[in-house]
Amino acid sequence: FTGLADVSISEDIPVEGEITVPVGSRSPDEDFSTLDEPVRDTIMRDLKAVGKKFVHVMYPKKSSALLRDWDLWGPLVLCVSLALMLQGGSADSKEDGGPQFAEVFVIIWFGAVVITLNSKLLGGTISFFQSLCVLGYCVLPLTVAMLVCRLVLLAGSGTISFIIRLIVVVAMFGWSTLASTAFLADSQPPNRKALVVYPIFLFYFVISWMILTFTPQ
Amino acid sequence: MAAPGELRFQEFEEAAELLSATPNATTPRAGDAAVDVDPEEGKPGDDTDTTELLAGQRRPHGFWTFEYYQAFFDVDTQQVLERIKGSVTPLPGKNFVRHHLRNNPDLYGPFWICATLALALAISGNLSHLTEKRAAPAYRYSPQFHNVTIAATLVYCYAWLVPLGLWGLLRWRQSHGAGAFTFLQTVCVYGYSLSAYVPTAWLLLALAALLSASVLAITFWPLLRADGRATALAGVAAVVALHALLAVGCKLYFFQQPPSAGPAPSPPHPAPGTEGLRSRAPQLPGANGSLPSARPAR
Repeated sequence: FTGLADVSISEDIPVEGEITVPVGSRSPDEDFSTLDEPVRDTIMRDLKAVGKKFVHVMYPKKSSALLRDWDLWGPLVLCVSLALMLQGGSADSKEDGGPQFAEVFVIIWFGAVVITLNSKLLGGTISFFQSLCVLGYCVLPLTVAMLVCRLVLLAGSGTISFIIRLIVVVAMFGWSTLASTAFLADSQPPNRKALVVYPIFLFYFVISWMILTFTPQ
Repeated sequence: MAAPGELRFQEFEEAAELLSATPNATTPRAGDAAVDVDPEEGKPGDDTDTTELLAGQRRPHGFWTFEYYQAFFDVDTQQVLERIKGSVTPLPGKNFVRHHLRNNPDLYGPFWICATLALALAISGNLSHLTEKRAAPAYRYSPQFHNVTIAATLVYCYAWLVPLGLWGLLRWRQSHGAGAFTFLQTVCVYGYSLSAYVPTAWLLLALAALLSASVLAITFWPLLRADGRATALAGVAAVVALHALLAVGCKLYFFQQPPSAGPAPSPPHPAPGTEGLRSRAPQLPGANGSLPSARPAR
């Protein structure tokens, strides 16, 4: 049944193909078969799943792959790389510097948890970890923006570079918010969509602000 | 306790208060046993419970269940927008609690308005710092990220502890028959009233304080009036003074960076967070006297 993992249903989200697949009898078979396979295969399978989700984020259509097979590897990798890239900024004194690694980490995860709780309290039908997965994966455009900002800052830090960085960060912020809204808004009652989208907007705004105000040593 | 067959609007408040007083006392009704043991993580079984909740049957769940907190988020987008609009337009005729809340106080508004406010304060402080240091020849922008944590602490402490004090005061005086608001309604009013601070940032800080203070004064005036004019005036004055203190504290801490050094914000770290808490006694001359001394450039 490995072929079923590649099926991505585009339009009908509620109709899935798993009704005929007995989940109970599938896992012991999988365990037996994956125990014997080489480690490289296991790692490559996980990496491919993560990579596929990255592609889904960059081109957000109504696919349910992100929601169905959630995992938190991608968000972890993105969060760590973003926090590492935000590290180099400092200022006159140690206290007035940019965010530390732990601060970025805590902001991203704590923010994602709070938004998930908020959407669940408002009556959303999405599960806790699915929502964390989507919010974490949609940080990808902002990580790309951070990379671009650091490269631009290598070239110089004048007004032109600031304008370029501003445009890039704003564009990626919009992309992140739209991508996560496309995945999450469907699971909310229709008269509360804006109430759920606003905290997501705030969350990515905070991250974008941190990226935009990054000044290297 | 009211008769189980009667569903009046007051029932929810009494039940909620009784429940918070005695956490293990749940009203025994059919089918309740399965509901109360749901853990906080949402399982698919929660959906049927929430639909019953949203149908208007306010069954008091225990505070350890998820549904208890879900009752505080039972608002639509339109309702939230209306409440925000009502909180920035203080009309003496419309009491915010009776007109807008109507026995459905929510925590969505206060929580996210406080978050927005903390963010707006930190960003405005950053921007003012930026414009101030831009003129200096050795210009280096430092993000001052710790402003965000300080702003968040200040705003959230204010939005929760001051309503607690006010609610306690009103409950203590309840023997006069005024009919106090519940704690949740108090928090709700405070939260929505803070929305007046958000768009104005540092330019109109004083005007925003006046606006939200007048909304609060108008809301709580009928309750305090029952105690006699002196107490009522003292209560309203305390509310207004605390609001002014919040405004002044924010302005002094975030927007007046001394040009000499960076470490200057660090010594007053404990002060703004506890400023609103310590000054229960209204220090009117001190608070209002320092407002005109703010820099005219801002």
